[in-house]
Amino acid sequence: MAPPAQSQRSPSPSQPSGKGEVSDLKMQLRQLAGSRAPGTDDTKRELFKKVISYMTIGIDVSSVFSEMVMCSATSDIVLKKMCYLYVGNYAKHNPDLALLTINFLQRDCKDEDPMIRGLALRSLCSLGVANLVEYLVGPLGNGLKDGNSYVRMVAAVGVLKLYHISPSTCVDADFPALLKHLMLKDKDAQVVANCLTSLQEIWTLEASKSEEAAREREALLSKPVIYYFLNRIKEFNEWAQCIVLELVSKYVPSDSDEIFDIMNLLEDRLQHANGAVVLSTIKVFLHMTLSMTDVHQQVYERIKAPLLTLVSSGSPEQSYAVLSHLHLLVMRAPFIFSSDYKHFYCQYNEPFYVKKLKLEMLTAVANESNTYEIVTELCEYVANVDIPMARESIRAVGKIALQQYDVNAIVDRLLQFLEMEKEHVTAETLVLVKDLLRKYPQWSHDCIAVVGNISSKNVQEPKAKAALIWMLGEYAQDMQDSPYILESLIENWDEEHSAEVRLHLLTAVMKCFLRRPPETQKALGAALAAGIADFHQDVHDRALFYYRLLQYDVTVAERIVNPPKQAVSVFADTQSSEIKDRIFDEFNSLSVVYQKPSYMFTDKEYRGPFAFSEELGNLSIGTEPADNVVAAQGVEANDKDLLLSTSEKEESQGYGNNGSAYNAPSYNASTTGASQSSLDLVSLDQPSAVHTTTSFAIDELLGLGMPAAPGPAPLPSALLLNAKATIDPNAFQQKWRQLPVSLSQDISIDPRGVAAMTNPQALPQHMQGHSIHCIASGGQAPNFKFFFFAQKAEESSVYLVECIINSSSCKVQLKIKADDQSTSQAFSELFQSALSKFVLP
Amino acid sequence: MISQFFVLSQRGDNIVFRDYRGDVQKGSAEIFFRKVKFWKEDGKEEAPPVFNLDGVNYFHVKVVGLLFVATTRINLSPSLALELLQRIARVIKDYLGLLSEESLRKNFVLVYELLDEVIDFGFVQTTSTEVLKSYVFNEPIVVDAARLPPLGPAALFMQGNKRMPGTAVTKSVVAHEPGGRKREEIFVDIIEKISVTFSSSGYVLTSEIDGTIQMKSYLTGNPEIRLALNDDLYIGRSGVSSYGFGGSSGTGPVILDDCNFHESVHMDNFDVDKTLSLVPPDGEFPVMNYRITQEFKPPFSINALIEEAGSLKAEVILKIRAEFPSSITANTILVEMPLPTCTTRVNFDLEPGIVGQSADFKESQKRLEWSLKKIVGGSEHTLRAKLNFSQELHGNITKEAGPVSMTFTIPMYNPSRLQVKYLQIAKKTKSSNPYRWVRYVTQANSYVARI
Repeated sequence: MAPPAQSQRSPSPSQPSGKGEVSDLKMQLRQLAGSRAPGTDDTKRELFKKVISYMTIGIDVSSVFSEMVMCSATSDIVLKKMCYLYVGNYAKHNPDLALLTINFLQRDCKDEDPMIRGLALRSLCSLGVANLVEYLVGPLGNGLKDGNSYVRMVAAVGVLKLYHISPSTCVDADFPALLKHLMLKDKDAQVVANCLTSLQEIWTLEASKSEEAAREREALLSKPVIYYFLNRIKEFNEWAQCIVLELVSKYVPSDSDEIFDIMNLLEDRLQHANGAVVLSTIKVFLHMTLSMTDVHQQVYERIKAPLLTLVSSGSPEQSYAVLSHLHLLVMRAPFIFSSDYKHFYCQYNEPFYVKKLKLEMLTAVANESNTYEIVTELCEYVANVDIPMARESIRAVGKIALQQYDVNAIVDRLLQFLEMEKEHVTAETLVLVKDLLRKYPQWSHDCIAVVGNISSKNVQEPKAKAALIWMLGEYAQDMQDSPYILESLIENWDEEHSAEVRLHLLTAVMKCFLRRPPETQKALGAALAAGIADFHQDVHDRALFYYRLLQYDVTVAERIVNPPKQAVSVFADTQSSEIKDRIFDEFNSLSVVYQKPSYMFTDKEYRGPFAFSEELGNLSIGTEPADNVVAAQGVEANDKDLLLSTSEKEESQGYGNNGSAYNAPSYNASTTGASQSSLDLVSLDQPSAVHTTTSFAIDELLGLGMPAAPGPAPLPSALLLNAKATIDPNAFQQKWRQLPVSLSQDISIDPRGVAAMTNPQALPQHMQGHSIHCIASGGQAPNFKFFFFAQKAEESSVYLVECIINSSSCKVQLKIKADDQSTSQAFSELFQSALSKFVLP
Repeated sequence: MISQFFVLSQRGDNIVFRDYRGDVQKGSAEIFFRKVKFWKEDGKEEAPPVFNLDGVNYFHVKVVGLLFVATTRINLSPSLALELLQRIARVIKDYLGLLSEESLRKNFVLVYELLDEVIDFGFVQTTSTEVLKSYVFNEPIVVDAARLPPLGPAALFMQGNKRMPGTAVTKSVVAHEPGGRKREEIFVDIIEKISVTFSSSGYVLTSEIDGTIQMKSYLTGNPEIRLALNDDLYIGRSGVSSYGFGGSSGTGPVILDDCNFHESVHMDNFDVDKTLSLVPPDGEFPVMNYRITQEFKPPFSINALIEEAGSLKAEVILKIRAEFPSSITANTILVEMPLPTCTTRVNFDLEPGIVGQSADFKESQKRLEWSLKKIVGGSEHTLRAKLNFSQELHGNITKEAGPVSMTFTIPMYNPSRLQVKYLQIAKKTKSSNPYRWVRYVTQANSYVARI
């Protein structure tokens, strides 16, 4: 990029000090209005420019409105244009002023000069004043029939503008039909393209109200229409081609011959210099060949070169947009790109967001033949002075190690990172070594030798510290100093700010104790005491849990805390395949750049009805029977920290839902069919009397004097909800997947309420009044589906509800998921009472 | 569908603002600027060109220090939006001759006029300067180019090379010359950006040429043009075996991995005589973009050495050798090298009696910068630097410093050997022979030597 322009700043347009200048302008304009003297137009131009420059810097010049209009009665097109710009700016907020201009614009719509006709029509349609729409119909109708293509072009968009001001006026005047006629007949390609865009928008918006519009919209995807556009594709300019190609990508050809015909026709579009045209074409190719595996793969091979060329030409911004798409394809079919890995090497001057994509691509394409070179390249980045880049590179090396064959060499490299003695490198590497050990326990000997040399004082980042502590506990028997390092860490308990680290410390010291009791006893006592006194709920609970566990039976404790290790075979993917497919469906859109399907970042009204119904299909990922959900969570819950091995799952219990690193749900509880937390799980196995007495005994032993029993559960009736609770759909979906179903009920509702279902917004609005918020809704009679969300007042604990209403049987299926499962019954009652009040007013 | 378009200065001032749909709040420019400026607290990470904030998608490109921004609420194609922004900048440049904050402010009425024709109700109508000429009537007010620092790719040609008519590239496509008649001329620029990574032992690890044939026509009447390229030019590596050909100094075919073309280009005769024919529209546009991974001889060899010289001290020796003919001169060369973070002081030792060179230690970024005004082909230059550290280095010093990176511009040189053999303008009756400028230039994109 060129260096930022430090150009001399132009003197900003003189700021009028007060109203003086504006009234001065008004005077001068008035004098000129009637003048026919030569050179008047030039003077007018100067004055008009002044007015507009005031307008753009936010000074109110609406007082010269009538003078401006008067002065515009001229044939000077530059003056006209400036006046139109001015009028467009003020008419919307001053309907009275707008009325004044209607006359003059309508007259201009009949001007001899097609430019003036077009411009006047555009301005007329842009006024956007609802009570003036009647004046639009005539000029628009004439515009669509105008002999000049510029006027028709403007009129085609004008119809859409009218629709936005007053849909009924537009539809009643039969403009959509006129547009359709024009679209299929007009000689001018830009007129055709404008008709298409206007019609797509109008029919999409109308489709919810009128079946005919829905049919018309479908008809755009019919074979004759699609072929009509395809045969004219080269007449369109590059932007219109994008619109046509987007339409074609939704078309479903009837057989493979048709597919090949279309692809051959569009083949040369892949060599277009405009990236948007190329990506639209690629979308057509990819979507049409989805069911033809061989051809689909050929398409990947074919589009590789054009994509790489686009990435390396054009501005960095454009290349980023294309690279994001390449990234998506590489992630879908890494093997096709495995020989192109050199293209994904990072350049030192690329922005971080580009490097990050490239690192992910390098990770994905690594295979037997190229791993050595890729890892060598990545190691160069690790030494990079750019810290975020170094971290990402280490993670990339680690990921390759976790998916790879030649682990041996990679482990050596990782261990070399530890010897670099750069704090961020050490920290990042420790986290990876931990994950690596969980997958390849056989490497423990080599790793532990190196890790043992790291001074815990040089490790400050919580994640890294937690990883180191995990290794100290896990490999206590192999690391000579383990108990003593843990002991020194426990001595500094109060200075340890991260709850995650303290939790790990508790577990590690337990593991260490079970293996080397004499050396660790003191440290364990100190850790438990500190843990029980900890202000953090999870730390406190875990310490107490271990403490009681030890009291109960050490062999049980051994079984729970230190069971035989099972190597993790596959680490969980961070995104479900459904989401990935959704993003792929939305190829050539922002979804690819954001790596999220559109429903996660686009407001409902901008999504269009198709996306709306699909969204439900997607949200319901987690709505299988409860036991499936649990199984799925076993994998998904661990996204954040690259999975816990099966034997460690107890660890996650304590800090399931508090937003700490492991977002594991308490599913042990749900597998036993009860919804208690793990603490209770243990006490279930023993008579409560024993429990109470033993804990009393220990309390006295330690002199802690803590309450023997948990405080009374909050009264269900006292459940209050936060009226202003919010959650983004993304977070909702994630939570929905993570939490187990805590309550599932079938109920009936008032048929009068069902009758009100015809208005899709009625129920969400009603529930909102009860502080229960709708996240997504959809479906068609008789089955409606809603996702609701509520939050406890003054607490972050949330409730998620899936509600399926059958309007013919008046039956409702409820599925409730909750952070705090003990209150889900209370919430369910609250929800049902709110629902039962939903009747027609 | 674009909701708004605006241009912001580097300080965040609104220079141009156009609302097309009215569905995004008016304060979006300010919201955008704040977000970009404070993307990350440390200010080190750049905001990506596309992001979403409260349901509004913001697209931006940086052109000569200005931010061109578009907003939308729908799930638009990011390529389309970013390409559009780049094109809008180009159209404005075609009209104003020079794109700068000052020229935008002086011509804002013209700019609004352009914007209204480029986009209607959020839909792109055209970005062709040629087409726009028939819809746009304001005359540009030309800003004196000499007063402004040269910017953008066009600036390459203005750096002390007398053979280049420097003012031409900042000339408006539509404005009338003060003298009355327009000068008939056409510019064809072959711009190649090269990326090379050398291993620590000096081998080329990766290399790539990203080239563009850029055209800017000031010809009246839009005559057809034929561009003849090398006879031995091939597209696609598949047909020809990829090894066994000489580098840039040698002979052998020029093989493009891939290329794409402007829509006006016809390739009917390409396979026969390697010519492209086109009717160039007004304004600046890329005729062809191409990509080459065929091996070529890098224009510079870099030799970098860093060695500890006692405790708390080290020495750096950088050697640059120009591997191109002495008839060619590279200019504005900058060599940079990150130094260990504990570096406190650096003493430089430039070649005795040399002019046009300077070396500096940027303490805040811990970086060595060596700049050279020009390097004549075949010459070699050396920089020695003595480093002082505040603390002892652990381990390997080469892991704490580097890599060495280099930027430069070499006019009249292109490593790919791609050539425009001739530029033929279809005969026009009376007018004299138009000026034709075919110019070559090579720039470093990423030129890195590891140590």
